[in-house]
Amino acid sequence: MKFSTLTKAIAGGVALSAVLTGAALADPAVIYDLGGKFDKSFNEAAFNGAEAWKAETGGNYMDLELQNDAQREQALRRFAGQGANPIVMAGFMWTAALEAVAPEFPDTNFVVIDTVVDQPNVQSILFDEHTGSFLVGALAALKSESGTLGFVGGMDVPLIHKFYCGYAQGAKAVNADATLIESYTGTTPAAWNDPVTAGELAKAAMDQGADIVFAAAGGSGLGVLQAMADAGEYSIGVDSNQNYLHPGSVLTSMLKRVDVAVQTAMTEAADDATFKPGLTVLGLAEEGVGYSVDEHNQDLITDEMMATVDDLKAKIIAGEIEVHDYTTDSTCPV
Amino acid sequence: MSALRPLPRWADVVLLPLLNLLLAFVVSGLVVLMIGQNPLVAMQAIVVGAFGNGFNIGYTLYYATNFVFTGLAVAVAAHAGLFNIGGNGQAYIAGLGVATVALALDQTHWLIVAPLAFLAAAFMGGLWAFIPGWLQAKRGSHVVITTIMFNFIASAIMVYMLNRVFKPANIMGPESRTFAEGGRLPKLGEFFGPFQHTPVNLSIFVALVALVAVYVLIWHTKFGYALRTLGFNPTASRYAGISNSKTIMITMTLSGALAGMVALNEVMGVQNRLVLDFVADAGFVGIAVALMGRNHPIGIGLAALLFGALYQGGNELQYVVPGLTREMVVIIQALVILFTGAMEGLFRPGLQRTLMLLSPEQKAEAVARGTVKSES
Amino acid sequence: MAAASAPADSWAIELEKINKRFGAVHANKDIDLKVRRGTIHGIVGENGAGKSTLMSILYGFYTADSGTIRVNGEVAHITDSRHALALGIGMVHQHFMLVDNFSVLENVVLGAEDSGFIKPSLDRARRELDQLEREYELEVDPDAIIEDISVGQQQRVEILKALYRGAETLILDEPTGVLTPKEADDLFRVLETLRAQGKTVILITHKLREIMAITDYVSVMRQGEMVDTLKTSETNPEQLAELMVGRRVLLRVEKGPANPGKTLLEVQNLTVADDMGVVRVKDVSFSVRAGEIVGIAGVSGNGQSELLEAITGMRDQKSGKVLLNGNEMHLRGDDGAARARAGGLAHVPEDRQRMGLVTQFAEWENSILGYHNSPEYGGALLDIAAVKKQAAERIATFDVRPANINLKSSLFSGGNQQKIVLAREMERNPDVLVVGQPTRGVDIGAIEFIHNQIIKMRDAGKAILLVSVELDEIRSLADRILVMFDGTIVGEADPATATEGELGLMMAGIANKEAAE
Repeated sequence: MKFSTLTKAIAGGVALSAVLTGAALADPAVIYDLGGKFDKSFNEAAFNGAEAWKAETGGNYMDLELQNDAQREQALRRFAGQGANPIVMAGFMWTAALEAVAPEFPDTNFVVIDTVVDQPNVQSILFDEHTGSFLVGALAALKSESGTLGFVGGMDVPLIHKFYCGYAQGAKAVNADATLIESYTGTTPAAWNDPVTAGELAKAAMDQGADIVFAAAGGSGLGVLQAMADAGEYSIGVDSNQNYLHPGSVLTSMLKRVDVAVQTAMTEAADDATFKPGLTVLGLAEEGVGYSVDEHNQDLITDEMMATVDDLKAKIIAGEIEVHDYTTDSTCPV
Repeated sequence: MSALRPLPRWADVVLLPLLNLLLAFVVSGLVVLMIGQNPLVAMQAIVVGAFGNGFNIGYTLYYATNFVFTGLAVAVAAHAGLFNIGGNGQAYIAGLGVATVALALDQTHWLIVAPLAFLAAAFMGGLWAFIPGWLQAKRGSHVVITTIMFNFIASAIMVYMLNRVFKPANIMGPESRTFAEGGRLPKLGEFFGPFQHTPVNLSIFVALVALVAVYVLIWHTKFGYALRTLGFNPTASRYAGISNSKTIMITMTLSGALAGMVALNEVMGVQNRLVLDFVADAGFVGIAVALMGRNHPIGIGLAALLFGALYQGGNELQYVVPGLTREMVVIIQALVILFTGAMEGLFRPGLQRTLMLLSPEQKAEAVARGTVKSES
Repeated sequence: MAAASAPADSWAIELEKINKRFGAVHANKDIDLKVRRGTIHGIVGENGAGKSTLMSILYGFYTADSGTIRVNGEVAHITDSRHALALGIGMVHQHFMLVDNFSVLENVVLGAEDSGFIKPSLDRARRELDQLEREYELEVDPDAIIEDISVGQQQRVEILKALYRGAETLILDEPTGVLTPKEADDLFRVLETLRAQGKTVILITHKLREIMAITDYVSVMRQGEMVDTLKTSETNPEQLAELMVGRRVLLRVEKGPANPGKTLLEVQNLTVADDMGVVRVKDVSFSVRAGEIVGIAGVSGNGQSELLEAITGMRDQKSGKVLLNGNEMHLRGDDGAARARAGGLAHVPEDRQRMGLVTQFAEWENSILGYHNSPEYGGALLDIAAVKKQAAERIATFDVRPANINLKSSLFSGGNQQKIVLAREMERNPDVLVVGQPTRGVDIGAIEFIHNQIIKMRDAGKAILLVSVELDEIRSLADRILVMFDGTIVGEADPATATEGELGLMMAGIANKEAAE
């Protein structure tokens, strides 16, 4: 008897605190990964998507930057518990946390980017990073004078090997003699946020002859872009359009339209009628990946180069060129 | 010569921490004010966030569980005059033991896994503190230096183990596979509705037992007697025939084993897999908890609860106060630790003076004591 | 009194009706004290009699609740020690206030620099120091580093510091506590020179021998009151002791002849090094028989401490053997003391606060220090009730005051702390009792008690090894005296026949009596 009274009192407290904290029900929530909201790359793309959704719909959303890995489940429960819907999160580290929490909140829609969680209320979005990377690899090989291309990855995980493998295949496709130098910033999530090490790796690649370096390293990539700009060489940005960071030095950016994915998800997943649980893959055809050309880099890319790359793109979409995906068998043909 | 008398026990244990806490809140409030938010709303968010409902209390208790373990670890060492600053590394390495047991046996039943995981956590955490203890006892390398170095070694080892040993091929991040049902400690939410979906689990009872056990160990066993003798006066303990080197090694091992219990809570109770940095600096918070709790289990229990509340309430800030970034939350939490832990002596002289003015009789007795002491 | 009729201008210090209360404790009650210029004035009293409080008032650490202080006939309100110095009052503390890794010169100048730059001050100080040293025969090398010079020399630096700051009246608080007899004699010569030069010296001590040897006048304090001021030449130690304690005190130890039995403690070729690896005890052999007290005399620092520590298992020996009751003891390792105790050896250590007690512990906790693993106090769990019961019994037997086993040990007086240690070590009926400095810092009343306890142990057939730097104590207690110098035993003497002069020569390293004669 007493026990249930206590339970009721505490349950009452839940409702009260929801009011106190001013949480509006059914607002979408976005949770960024450890790199932080303003990493000028992956997480910032998610942020930009959320802002675009806000501008388009005039709605409100909640967001959160993680402090550490152990906090993931708490953040998910916190948002789900206060009624946020949908909850969008970016990053492959969410797998286990989401697998644990999603069944606890069957009425909440979750969208996770870069990993697959097999639950009825989760939409998993993957990108064909290998095809986008293939195109920037081709572009780099066309631009390079030394024929040596660098790659600085963030955390040493299969996903980033997928970037590298596509990049290498693209380079070899236009220049079979191209030499590639592959390096990774680290093996922990801290590798996403270590521009100093990444910059050193870029310099090391230059010492070995590289004149273009592709940074697939989240926030750490800024160090690569800086190092290449300082040396008067070229770099390739990732995820967001990073051309503006060092105009004339950033050759292009391998776009991974996390912003588009987030924006779409916030709209579609809010309504169970349009929510698409299961796997969604965004590739070249869906404009989910690609390469960027704008006023900051148009002088760097000739019409001839552009034509070659566009041709490759069309062939990939048409299935004439098959780009190998590293994550399917953990090997790279080149 | 110093005419200031020691504080009465109630002021030392209750009033002083409260004053420190108040100051911490005032300074934190200034931080919140700086970003143009209402500090009162933020304070309310912390309190409601920590105790407002079952869900929040569950999280508060979960954090407190960790802090009880690390606070006791620091306190046990402190009674022997040792400053174990390596609770983080010891807890982290203990995760290896818990994860190994849980991964190997998670097809059985948690009742089988839990005692073995408990032993494995104690063994690995104890081992990681025994080595600095041995170095101190036999080679004179100071434990403050070695334990903090061992934090870094633990960190590097865990990254290696997670990437090369525990990570299954199909997982991107450096983490082990998730344990099956048999490798998980039951959560309290399974028996008690309001705690549903919160990580507080059976290891909180281990923490409560540890509080009592440490009390008995320190004040009611012969080993505790030897340990305190060493802590107060190493020459006297040598005189008493107590082997200082053995006592140091045993104490450090016990301290490390207590810190290792964090792994039981986190790995087997909460994350249900081995993840990077699961300790989340609980080892360092333990130092503040032990300081604030005056190295006494009752004080540590209360201080751990307070810090658990601050952690949980602090996390809530992000959800409630717009514009408060994660860095600012860390700053506020750090300020509280600074004022309640590291700077706990800040108000002591002032408080002593004030209390002396307030009670003339006590003043008399206290000064008399001080004089007897200085003349003898 | 003769002093009262002297003209007013001959008083260096006059204290009138000084009162100081610390709450309920009346530390100084209506104290009157007049110190004649150009004399050495002793102040004696037991611990807690109020000597230190009175001197602290004079030196400006405390302010008196009421009363008048006159310096050179003029009323002074001394607010702090800087003010006291300005009035020409300097103090040499029991614990020196020197910076160990500074030179003598730097220490003298420290706090009395002329300007922000140190060099001019040092140059001036060097000249003045040179003059002071010649004037008062206080030879110290101004460039020596403090930690390299002896304790006696460090004390000279403290005196020079005071003189350099213009002190006319010098207060010395227990100055011989840390000195060897030779150093103490040197100090007395310096004090005599100071007196000859017209300086005034106030000497606080508890050693009546020193009072008799050096002072012109002596004031006795007891329980916060000034009992009497006497001309030293018109009094004697017995009278002073009675005034201090308030009852008649036996200064001679009463004991019957020894009846030595079989050898209980035997030390063979013992060699011991200190913490720095310097050999301090060199190939020492001796034995102690049941029913006798063997005293080891010697100037402090000649290896007695290391010898004691090695025999009792507190310090690893380099070589040699220690036999208890004919059995060789294996004392190496940091728990050697436990094995020594198990073999029947009890140890009253030289420094009770550093070794014999954990001052933060309650009395009952200290009552089992070293014996805590004994089964009578429980198994793994400590049987606190049993310990407390036994502690209460012992505290009564040994008349420890206050009789409160829950009181923190640091709050007991020196004599009562020593009784706590003695009770613990004696009540277990050991075969061998090793005692170091049994009465250091102990009130006269308690000394008597402690000496009687030691003799009782002897008469009960125990072997007792006594180490003391107080030659008087050794001579009155021991049945045989061994003299230690530079790590070796240089000779043996019979206390009944050996004179202080003979022992003194042996302590100074002159190996045998024949050479001295």
